[in-house]
Amino acid sequence: MSAGVNPSRDFDAVVIGSGPGGSAAALALIEAGWSVLLVEKGRNHLIDADDPSRLLGDYSNDEIKFVSRHFLGPDPFLEPRTFRTSEAEGDRAYVGEVNSIPTTVGGGGVHADGKTPRFLEEDFRLLSERGPIDGATLADWPFGYEEMEPYYAEAERLIGVAGEAGSNPFAAPRSGPFPMPPGAPMYVATLTTAAAERIGLHPYPAPTAANSVPYDGRPACNNCGFCAFFGCPIHAKGDPVAMLQRALASGRCRLEAETFASRILVRNGRATGVELIGPEGVARTESARAVVVAAGAFETPRLLLLSGFQSDWIGRNVMFHFQTFVVGATPRPIHGHRGRAVTHLHDDHLIADPASQRAAKEAGLPWIRGGMVEHGAAGHPILEAKIHSWGPGHKDAMRDSSMRARMVALTMQGEDLPQAGNRVDLDPLIRDVRGVPVARTTYQPHRHELAASAHYSKQLVELLEVTGVDWTMVATSPWPGMPYSGGAISPIPASRHVMGTVRMADGPSGGSCDQWGRMFEAPNVLIADSSPFPTGSGYGPTLTLVALALRNARALASAGA
Amino acid sequence: MPVFFSDRQYEIVRAVCARLIPTDADAGASEAGVVDYIDTFLGAFSFDPPRIWAGGPFSGRRGGAASFGAFTPLSALDELAWRTRIEGSRGRPEREFNGPVIGLQERYLEGLARLGEDFVDLDGEGQDDRLRSVAEFTDLVYEHACEGMYGPPEYGGNRDLVGWRYIGFEGDVQPAGYTDAEVSQP
Repeated sequence: MSAGVNPSRDFDAVVIGSGPGGSAAALALIEAGWSVLLVEKGRNHLIDADDPSRLLGDYSNDEIKFVSRHFLGPDPFLEPRTFRTSEAEGDRAYVGEVNSIPTTVGGGGVHADGKTPRFLEEDFRLLSERGPIDGATLADWPFGYEEMEPYYAEAERLIGVAGEAGSNPFAAPRSGPFPMPPGAPMYVATLTTAAAERIGLHPYPAPTAANSVPYDGRPACNNCGFCAFFGCPIHAKGDPVAMLQRALASGRCRLEAETFASRILVRNGRATGVELIGPEGVARTESARAVVVAAGAFETPRLLLLSGFQSDWIGRNVMFHFQTFVVGATPRPIHGHRGRAVTHLHDDHLIADPASQRAAKEAGLPWIRGGMVEHGAAGHPILEAKIHSWGPGHKDAMRDSSMRARMVALTMQGEDLPQAGNRVDLDPLIRDVRGVPVARTTYQPHRHELAASAHYSKQLVELLEVTGVDWTMVATSPWPGMPYSGGAISPIPASRHVMGTVRMADGPSGGSCDQWGRMFEAPNVLIADSSPFPTGSGYGPTLTLVALALRNARALASAGA
Repeated sequence: MPVFFSDRQYEIVRAVCARLIPTDADAGASEAGVVDYIDTFLGAFSFDPPRIWAGGPFSGRRGGAASFGAFTPLSALDELAWRTRIEGSRGRPEREFNGPVIGLQERYLEGLARLGEDFVDLDGEGQDDRLRSVAEFTDLVYEHACEGMYGPPEYGGNRDLVGWRYIGFEGDVQPAGYTDAEVSQP
């Protein structure tokens, strides 16, 4: 040990990553009587670690800070990622911003607009229900929805989800109502849901982790509109604030921000601790009975690979959601800058029907599956201004505001099939600011995603035409063949829904961790984010990964590690 | 007094912004002080704390104590990132762990040199032709001009909220927010 190494404090568990998964796992371990060191490599703009009843005031309605200047991280200079669509492009085709799910205390929960639907029963057994597809590594989850239901219910209570039971005819059965009723519908959604019903679709109020009434000591959402991509200035979004507050209030959880886990120490098939680099660049080792990795589906496999884990599954099958954007302009402004960014969804495109079966057949596929569709709008003027061009026409375009004040936007979060060649590994050359190899993503969509997008976008165009728009436009993310960039129009998927890189399976021939999220190579290493997902569904992963983290951390605690 | 540009450079950037977002019946980049936004950004480290991230949670425009003006202190890593982005790596090893970085200041100075000292003397059409001939630089200034025109005024632009007013944007609204009726009704 060098002179710069501080002494260890010996916690029962070190949890790496303070997003929804890490916060849920930390809370479950605390409630089982464990002591937890929760480390986060990003900054803490969320909560007073010494007085968790006090939430910080750093979040604001500020488009420059949150959209233009990386306030929630990761900073692509300090922590670049690299990307290529295939090995044919060489070691990498792009260095910089690759899918910037936040690096900050609270993780992806901070910037999300809090859409928290449950998965469908079919999502847990997609291979059995739909059958194999060439080139895709489809697998059933090791357990079904019934196993998850109590944890879904608990997760909804913990983070505070507003919704309306029974409003979605495709939803899986629930053991009880939502903790809160839905919040105010956005005006745009009153238009698009009426049109959706006219063409036979089934829109419903989006389950949303933003308080519709005061809940758990935090206020009701006041509709400010700076929701997706922004931290909540009044902390009306419960994910993962509520779980962090409970964990820290126990007195047995220590939160250390700006602390990077560089290596999990493993001896004889068991983790013994973690190497950490603190805010001043000082390295130290923490020993622990168990290590929980919840760094997200890029950073979790990166850390496992840096730590010498051998499973060939690590990093493979990285999944995003294949996003299809269908946008149009209404004749009159619809003030999409007010409200929770998205207040309604429809799930029809996750359900097999004769039209999708015909489209699949025409594409030479056994089936296609889309995803939930978010009924949204646009709100932020800098984003719009950068779309328009400079010069004499600029201000007329901004006054006309076809890309903001009049814009209606439907986003389908399409099922992205797992493929073994789509993977996260270590870049052989590019380093982060600490000198550590960065995560490299090799990814291209399966033709299933392209076929599903092409098919369902026609129905979404029809939906907008019935709504009454001047024009429609279709775009996707990723957009194969476009120039590389960190923005939405790029071969790099912009969906912050990342999953699949530490697949769970019944045995090591089928994945890296068992159905309880424990690494086969070191069973006291628990994966507690969306990395274990065998398939990615067409819903945001947050509620599912929180439920899974609660289930698996509790199992770890009862096993005693 | 500009904090980064010389007086001459400041005048040229102001003239550029006036072509990018012109003044018509409504205020444009000139009235919004977009050049001050850019000058403040490029000179962000002339201030303490640096003018990178405005404070929170409220501006005071819709209630609450005004706190946007108290800029957020940077961590050591934040400062490394933003100094490198703005100043360039300048051969310093701690900024070049993935190779040299050209900073925004250098890109502006080089772009202004290519635009020419006589830019302010050209007529509007001549200025637009010149801007099109240095398209990459013009795109960079336009990106910043959009931020300075339509971002919070605490960053130096959008003076008197002229950028928000003419497009009917209500800006930051915390802690007042909107009523349910304002969200759901036409």
